[in-house]
Amino acid sequence: MQKLPSWADVVLIPLINLVLAFLVSGLVILYIGENPVHALEVMVNGAMGSTRGWGYTLFFATNFIFTGLAVAVAYHASLFNIGGEGQAALGGLGVALVCLAVDWPFWWLALPFAVIGGALFGAAWAAIPAWLQARRGSHIVITTIMFNFIASALMVYLLVNVLKAPGMAPESAGFPEGTHLPSAYDVLGVFGIPFNRFAPLNVAFLVAVLACIGVWLLIWRTRLGYEIRAYGKSEPAAVYAGISPVRIIMITMLISGGLAGLMGINAVMGEAERLTLDSVQGAGFVGIAVALMGRNHPVGVFLAAVLFGALYQGGIELEFEIPAISREMILVIQALVILFTGALDGMVRTPLERLFLALRKKGAA
Amino acid sequence: MSEAPAIELRRISKAFGPVQANKDISLKVMPGTIHGIIGENGAGKSTLMSILYGFYKADSGEILVGGRETPIPDSQAAIKAGIGMVFQHFKLVENFSVLENVVLGAEEGAFLRPTLAKARKHLTELAREYEMNVDPDAKIEDLSVGHQQRVEILKALYREANILILDEPTGVLTPAEADHLFRILRGLKAEGKTIILITHKLREIMEITDTVSVMRRGEMTDTVKTSETSPQDLAERMVGRKVLLRVDKTPAQPKETVLEVRNLGVTDSQGVQRLKGIDLQVRAGEILGIAGVAGNGQSELLDVLGGIRAATGEVLLKGRPLSLSGPGSDARARRRAGITHVPEDRHRLGLILDFKAWENTGFGYQDLPKYCSGLMMDNQALREDTDAKMGRFDVRPHDPNLAAKNFSGGNQQKIVLAREIEADPDLLLIGQPTRGVDIGAIEFIHQRIVELRDEGKAILLVSVELDEIMSLSDRIAVMFDGRIMGERLPGETDETELGLLMAGMEGRAA
Amino acid sequence: MDLNTVLLILDSTLRLATPLLFACLAGLFSERAGVFDIGLEGKMLIAAFFSAAAASLTGNVWAGLLAGCAASMALAAIHGLASITFRGNQLISGVAINFLATGLTVLIAQDWFQQGGRTPQLEGGARFQPITLPFAETLRDVPVFGPIYYDLISGHTILVYLGFLAVPATWYVLFRTRFGLRLRAVGENPGAVDTAGVSVVGLRYGAVMICGLLCGFAGAYLSTGLSAGFVKDMSAGRGFIALAALIFAKWRPWSALGACLLFGLLDALGNRFQSIEIAGIALPVQFMQALPYILTVVILAGFVGKAIPPRAGGEPYVKER
Repeated sequence: MQKLPSWADVVLIPLINLVLAFLVSGLVILYIGENPVHALEVMVNGAMGSTRGWGYTLFFATNFIFTGLAVAVAYHASLFNIGGEGQAALGGLGVALVCLAVDWPFWWLALPFAVIGGALFGAAWAAIPAWLQARRGSHIVITTIMFNFIASALMVYLLVNVLKAPGMAPESAGFPEGTHLPSAYDVLGVFGIPFNRFAPLNVAFLVAVLACIGVWLLIWRTRLGYEIRAYGKSEPAAVYAGISPVRIIMITMLISGGLAGLMGINAVMGEAERLTLDSVQGAGFVGIAVALMGRNHPVGVFLAAVLFGALYQGGIELEFEIPAISREMILVIQALVILFTGALDGMVRTPLERLFLALRKKGAA
Repeated sequence: MSEAPAIELRRISKAFGPVQANKDISLKVMPGTIHGIIGENGAGKSTLMSILYGFYKADSGEILVGGRETPIPDSQAAIKAGIGMVFQHFKLVENFSVLENVVLGAEEGAFLRPTLAKARKHLTELAREYEMNVDPDAKIEDLSVGHQQRVEILKALYREANILILDEPTGVLTPAEADHLFRILRGLKAEGKTIILITHKLREIMEITDTVSVMRRGEMTDTVKTSETSPQDLAERMVGRKVLLRVDKTPAQPKETVLEVRNLGVTDSQGVQRLKGIDLQVRAGEILGIAGVAGNGQSELLDVLGGIRAATGEVLLKGRPLSLSGPGSDARARRRAGITHVPEDRHRLGLILDFKAWENTGFGYQDLPKYCSGLMMDNQALREDTDAKMGRFDVRPHDPNLAAKNFSGGNQQKIVLAREIEADPDLLLIGQPTRGVDIGAIEFIHQRIVELRDEGKAILLVSVELDEIMSLSDRIAVMFDGRIMGERLPGETDETELGLLMAGMEGRAA
Repeated sequence: MDLNTVLLILDSTLRLATPLLFACLAGLFSERAGVFDIGLEGKMLIAAFFSAAAASLTGNVWAGLLAGCAASMALAAIHGLASITFRGNQLISGVAINFLATGLTVLIAQDWFQQGGRTPQLEGGARFQPITLPFAETLRDVPVFGPIYYDLISGHTILVYLGFLAVPATWYVLFRTRFGLRLRAVGENPGAVDTAGVSVVGLRYGAVMICGLLCGFAGAYLSTGLSAGFVKDMSAGRGFIALAALIFAKWRPWSALGACLLFGLLDALGNRFQSIEIAGIALPVQFMQALPYILTVVILAGFVGKAIPPRAGGEPYVKER
């Protein structure tokens, strides 16, 4: 017998968790001496009250969709890929190398190659932890954490010693004009829809949406997805069914790393148009929260990514409007969302299961 | 005359979520006796005893120890009340020494040195008194299962237990080790200790207990004096109706050899040799039953043939050699070659419990053309096929969209069986076909196996239930310590001879 | 390199190894009891802030230490609640705690001090001061031994000495006391502990709270010993280096000391030289910074001795059915 109806599992529990996270965040704001309701208004307004707000919200969301999908895909194989940060950084490097290698004439020619470059580099950075997990049984959580730090050292080295453009800042040269991705302003302008000119939302968002659809097909419709899910539920059973754990771990992590690497086309190619040191800015970790919140389903990941995009954009506005609340408030909310949806899930689930059981007994009597 | 019972349970009930594991159970265990509790798998025996040991908390009911009401909210309270328990799965810290395991939780004072010195002396005395030789400094992981069990008993005695509960203690023991255990238990009884023995083996009940209580579906149905009952009588009480201990089948009509195994060897990751040169054949239209105490290499044999584990030696299927390690030796290759496999542990191997029934129907067959097109799965075809299979195998509830974990044990087994039998194998491997399966389904499953044999398939059956082996097999091979001890025909042998072989003794010369 | 440079580097090694050591031993207690902790970083960070903040407000560094430990233990309690009581995912809980600390420290620092997420510079009694060991001055001029004693061994803050004393203390507690026996058992087979009548939950909470306490020391040392005040993100990945050291040491106290000293040395070298030439190859400073992580991956890969974590590690304890 099922303990919970599936709607409760998919909608009710995440919702309660989210409300709890926001309640505690509200308490933090109260402690600082500000009005949480007002803060929420500022955030919602800043994130969704204008095309500029939306432009930033969805730009951030694009990053989070990629990193969130990366975590989600790995999760289906029972692998906790905490290395999205490093994989995304390397993905950015891949994108930058593609953009700098050729004087691209058109963005639509550059984009597919940048996609390949980003995915390839991200996947390569996931490949070593994956291989170590598959062949040597090294705990992938620890190795991917280690690889985040190694990646950050590597990026500093490359940007200081190898790719550095003349000037003070450790960053690469600007990309050629032909790699400029059309922004939402450009695209929507074609249809006569007005949009903010300076918001960084660009066509990479559409790539992210395609990635969502692709992941959905992969996990629930392909044979590979079936095998990934089976392996994730039980390794011995997978072996019994003739599914090779090594193959699944490798393929899943390559896909996961590739997805994280794709973030580069949004952050590096779409916005900065040069490789900088902080191109990822913690999005790799936000991916964990997004995947948890979205229950590792592409639709959930999409919605959670938009939520977190709004949170990031709203947080920036919040700091601007209410200086007493610094931007780190976002991190607190993010931490609480991870805590409540990920680690403290049982706190809500167990009483809810009891409640439903009691209701069912009553209904049966 | 009216001595207070050592243990008295009054109206104990316990539910796990929607499952009622114990219903209104009352029981009296007299001091200085060996009291057996018998029942099928899942009858609620272990749950009841875990409640008595404070491992689980009862929803309602009372526990009396020595006539006094004694609430037992946790194991600490049980130990204090003089109750000790040897769990089916030992509760030992593998990389600790025997001594450390014995004192754990019963240390005197905050520092180890004096405690360990004192315990060492006490342990040596206990070991001598009850003939349980174990090296106090040996690491648990280096000990045999029989010795580990003695450590568990010593743990209880060290805590001065007067009442000792043993949960299925002989499941992992050879008959010789089991005999030794029974000697120890008799010795304890002679010292005035009370022993509760949980088992589903009638032979043990008859051999050692004074009184026996029968449990069925969470309820205590009878308590009788062992001397006043018989195995047949107990079996009936256990299952609640007359059981058919024999399966209706005609003599086998064996044809060509399907499986030929020569000098099969397996060494596990710890370097222990699990199979030491197995030779056997299975012919089309016959059932070869492998008897043996659990852990003597039967599982490894199934794993090798099913493509889960690498091995050395030679295996021929219809004359063609199978690769035993490296590429081409996995389960996928085995299924292509015509071997299908109903594993011993369906929860661990045979099913993905969170997957729906229809998803489980494709499990292991996900690349069959009828279930997929190109890289995509054909979920509709899978659903339809599952629906049909459920009808043919009488799976209840008949719902392909229900997750596997929501079916009863028997129906789960039918889902696996339908999948593996209908894959039309040349050779069917089947391990513990009726473990954790209700009586009604047992008959169905046995019949299906015999029907498959009559269709001319070769069947390799592994079971630790001697009754099942005796009634299903056309030939019986007995395994002990990674070897085949001998082969017998069911009509020409008996349980005594098989038991000797299972214990590693040659028995009557073949 | 002359003796003086060597001594300077080693002296800095000791100071840089101290926070690693506290955090590493903290992780050792928790993980030996079967609770994985990737939140060492966050606990260190929050302790660093509250230590500096309390020291700054009271002018007393001991008050700071107390506040730091309290804050770190509060986060440890959350980790315990999530991973022990509600049987949540220990890794996810650790991730959350790291973010919580990063966010809260800056947020509260901004609210209390309005200095862009810092505390004011700490001075005098608000910082741990170096201790001159007995006879250091007298023996200073003795060749070789004198400088070693005076420059290297003497002249550290009390926390450095405490950190090194914590190693034998941890060893003793783990391997020579009842608490240690039970703690190790609960990390290997909680079922054995439970059926022996000892509370699994109690033991694990105990271990997690000790972990919080030690992380408190690590953080307090960062902001009131090593530096003079809190700045944003000042733990700078040290919690993860400590985790790396713990794995590198295969969860053993004395090896943990060795690993922390090694990683401290790498840090000290990286601070002093922009690149190091070994066998004709110039190793960039970034390589030195990444080396602890690379070494840990190598150890994890099992090419140099396998690191086997406590068997019940990472798994919440559920009585089997």
